[in-house]
Amino acid sequence: MADTGILESLLRLVDKVDGGIDSQVVASSLGVDHQVVVGAVKSVQALGEVIEAEQRSSKHWELTGEGQEIAEQGSHEARVFKAIPEEGLSQSQLMKLPSGKVGFSKAMSNKWIHLDKGHEGGPRVFRMVESIEDVVRKKLQQVQMGHSSQLEEKEKNELKKRKLLTEVTVKSYWITKGSNFSTIITKQETELTPEMIASGSWKEKKFKPYNFDAMGVAPDSGHLHPLMKVRTQFRQIFLEMGFTEMPTNNFIESSFWNFDSLFQPQQHPARDQHDTFFLSDPAVAHDFPQDYLERVKKVHSEGGYGSQGYKYDWKIEEAQKNILRTHTTAVSARMLYKLAQQEEFTPVKYFSIDRVFRNETLDATHLAEFHQIEGVVADYGLTLGDLMGVLHQFFTKLGLNKWVEVGNSGVFRPEMLLPMGLPEGVSVIAWGLSLERPTMIKYGINNIRELVGHKVNLQMVYDSPVCRLDS
Amino acid sequence: MPTVSVKRDLLFQALGRTFTDEEFDELCFEFGLELDEITSEKDIISREQGDQKASEASDVVLYKIDVPANRYDLLCLEGLVRGLQVFKDKMEAPRYSRVNPLNGDPQRLIITGETASVRPHAVAAVLRNITFTPERYDSFIELQEKLHQNICRRRTLVAIGTHDLDTISGPFTYTAKAPDDIRFKPLNQNQEYSATQLMGFYKTDSHLRHYLHIIEDEPLYPVIYDSNGIVLSMPPIINGDHSKISVNTKNVFIECTATDLTKAKIVLDMIVTMFSEHCDQPFTVEEAEVVYPDGRMVTYPELAYRTETLSADYINSKVGINETAESIAQLLTRMCLKSEVTSDGAEIQVEIPPTRSDVIHACDIMEDAAMAYGFNNITRTTPRTYTVANQFPLNKLTELLRLDLATAGFTEALTFALCSQEDIADKLQKNLKDTKAVHISNPKTAEFQVARTTLLPGLLKTLAANRKMPLPLKLFEISDVVLRDESTDVGARNSRRLCAVYYNKTPGFEVIHGLLDRVMQLLEVKPGRNHGYYIQAAEDSTYFPGRCAEIFSHGKSIGRLGVLHPDVINSFELTMPCSALDIDIEPFL
Repeated sequence: MADTGILESLLRLVDKVDGGIDSQVVASSLGVDHQVVVGAVKSVQALGEVIEAEQRSSKHWELTGEGQEIAEQGSHEARVFKAIPEEGLSQSQLMKLPSGKVGFSKAMSNKWIHLDKGHEGGPRVFRMVESIEDVVRKKLQQVQMGHSSQLEEKEKNELKKRKLLTEVTVKSYWITKGSNFSTIITKQETELTPEMIASGSWKEKKFKPYNFDAMGVAPDSGHLHPLMKVRTQFRQIFLEMGFTEMPTNNFIESSFWNFDSLFQPQQHPARDQHDTFFLSDPAVAHDFPQDYLERVKKVHSEGGYGSQGYKYDWKIEEAQKNILRTHTTAVSARMLYKLAQQEEFTPVKYFSIDRVFRNETLDATHLAEFHQIEGVVADYGLTLGDLMGVLHQFFTKLGLNKWVEVGNSGVFRPEMLLPMGLPEGVSVIAWGLSLERPTMIKYGINNIRELVGHKVNLQMVYDSPVCRLDS
Repeated sequence: MPTVSVKRDLLFQALGRTFTDEEFDELCFEFGLELDEITSEKDIISREQGDQKASEASDVVLYKIDVPANRYDLLCLEGLVRGLQVFKDKMEAPRYSRVNPLNGDPQRLIITGETASVRPHAVAAVLRNITFTPERYDSFIELQEKLHQNICRRRTLVAIGTHDLDTISGPFTYTAKAPDDIRFKPLNQNQEYSATQLMGFYKTDSHLRHYLHIIEDEPLYPVIYDSNGIVLSMPPIINGDHSKISVNTKNVFIECTATDLTKAKIVLDMIVTMFSEHCDQPFTVEEAEVVYPDGRMVTYPELAYRTETLSADYINSKVGINETAESIAQLLTRMCLKSEVTSDGAEIQVEIPPTRSDVIHACDIMEDAAMAYGFNNITRTTPRTYTVANQFPLNKLTELLRLDLATAGFTEALTFALCSQEDIADKLQKNLKDTKAVHISNPKTAEFQVARTTLLPGLLKTLAANRKMPLPLKLFEISDVVLRDESTDVGARNSRRLCAVYYNKTPGFEVIHGLLDRVMQLLEVKPGRNHGYYIQAAEDSTYFPGRCAEIFSHGKSIGRLGVLHPDVINSFELTMPCSALDIDIEPFL
């Protein structure tokens, strides 16, 4: 804020004139730099409708540094003329003068001086006229005094060519009284302070208006990852539906629990090196429930429980191979086996959302690891109608029936359930989908690498909205 | 799911009517198939190799149909049409039968003992008086390829050889010989090669090179000869040129060699049931005898029919419908499972034909009944299963902590559980042997060599990818790492970790220390030596000397915090000081 003295002087000037005043005029009448007046105008404007200030620009002529020198000391040619005494001056000496070179040629063309080339002792310069009139200096002095309008355009351009004058654009304000005009300054406050509240002085103060078009300052906060936000919502949905969460914190699984227990034959393509990550260390698993393992072996190789089996040579070595689990269904199998060991069967609803691993070819929608969402219901007498009903309820909670297409569902085979020891009439229905796919659809992300992994842009995480799956 | 590509007009001609694309899509859905794509050879070539190459190609419309993985009977036009016609009640499922040759003895394939170590099984059959057309011939070749890729597991389990019977004479001998002792002119070649030469020759063959590994390292290679010493085939690599079939072939000798006899029988049954349609006596297959090294003789193809007896109640209660036994029998018959209600009306007898090797349990019959009934016609019901939900305690704690860490101003990162050995060892200035990492035996790239043993590299890589973001960067992740652990059945276990980093122009140890204090406050652990938590100077090569402390809670070490070593910062391509906190949260359950 410019000091109040200037502001009030400015206001008094505005008060005196009718129809307004130019800020440059204010500057010269107050004897201050124009920029000081501009600052004062802005300060007064900030106080409200005290004054109106319309910006205008005007051009005017100013002396250059050299021009100023000439206005003070005379033009180069005049200085050369004055330097030459009655008896003349040798050209070499004249050239040594500060104005020598320029002044000599100008004075020559003005025919103020002449050069005697044949003079003994070298070329010598003599005055040609008694006295001269230094027109250049006079013109520059006129401009200096603010009378540039008295000069003709041609003259001014010539001086500009000689780099003595320059044309400058000045931005100034045309200042008129505003609707709230007053010659007394009441300072506007920017913010309410504790002192104002305490003293009640806020009642007397005027407050500077806010700019409501500007953005606020971003809060200094942490952010949850969008995929994890969606995971939270899926957990919530399962919990609302009465499903208990399975302990899926075991990324390393044996082929036995990941494949064999699910009645997936040992030659199944999913067990290929191209699809599954096998471990070299620790390469094999031990400690299988021996009775159960024998039943699994039998149902694969010979059948039983009403099944023909696959009729192949089932090998323990294949079942022992450790892998990174390819689905969380491996955990479902462990949980169902555990359930079957209970004294008496009790119905269960299980869910899990956790990482699974595939040694697949990677592309825009496939990574080597992703999160699998899985739901399982085990009870007597479950039907395909029940599976479709529960799926419908689940996907209705997600808000989009189309999402059924992103998942898989089915009824676990008796060849899987009966060797575990589950009672004959118990059916187990299950479904699964990836967490990434619906999240990508939800947030409009096309490349999975923009969502998961260390290469994600944190700005995406900072900017992600809350997750409401059903809206 | 295999995809079968058929010419639309041929398909419609065989089905005896035309469909709109939508109608056919609907039919596929009802039958458990999916019309995946409508295209043409021209489209395919133009998409893969550009318009110029496609200009010569055919623009006959192709339907690409997704077939369930175990429905080998739908992998060719013949099978697809038969299945759909039976489904739409346009025809009855044919009955396939094995017949004696009209003249003379059956063809015979003698297996010698040498095959035992490499490929011990073989089955055979003859398609007599078959009439190929160019389309049928292509379909015949295509079916063999589809079977090879699917049930035959890229020829490892079963390999199929088909031969012009009129160019060879039995009995045939299936034996195994040293590669240098096998010489023949392979299919579509002009000269003889030894088996050793052939294996080298096919190294660069875009198709066959994928099968070489199956026998490459065996001392003896499988080979089939006719009675004149002519090589029929060297399974599972290539047939001989001498016996190759053509569109004019009338009598086809089919042999399948295998490491899995069950699958060999299924494959043989599939080929003969599909293509006996084009024989003079449709759906009959001439038998062949296979003699085992122990003298046992078995006649093939099996073409076995099996009967399952089940109740309507079983189907109704599993599907959730209420149909009569008669109605269910009709539904099943439409799925090529010829069914009849028993005389007392209580049960349904279902005959499973040799084409339906996928039906191995009553539940498969139930599924077919549901499909024929129409999945969309089944009433959706809510299971009455009453249960109380529980969260997994470790996940519950994780969820709660995540929220409070974000509230504390840290942003959640989500990084990969798999990484390179370098990430967990060299880059952190640790010895790989000390990491207790589990190692992956078949990673396609270095990014998947190990499961992470710490969350720190993932967070540092996240920082590196976000160096342009305004400082400070404050990140955290709560997730699992994997460690070797002899006490579990698989020899490894997950461990739930909380890791946080602070990255700024100043190291900010006090910030990360403050975060530890906050986490402990959230976990209701007070500062203190015995029953609380404290930190104590520690040496750790990952951290800057004198700027690392070990964290103890209730007297047990739970992790570390400190300012990272400049060499660690450099190895992750970072430029600013960074402090980190890394703790195990499982002790707080």
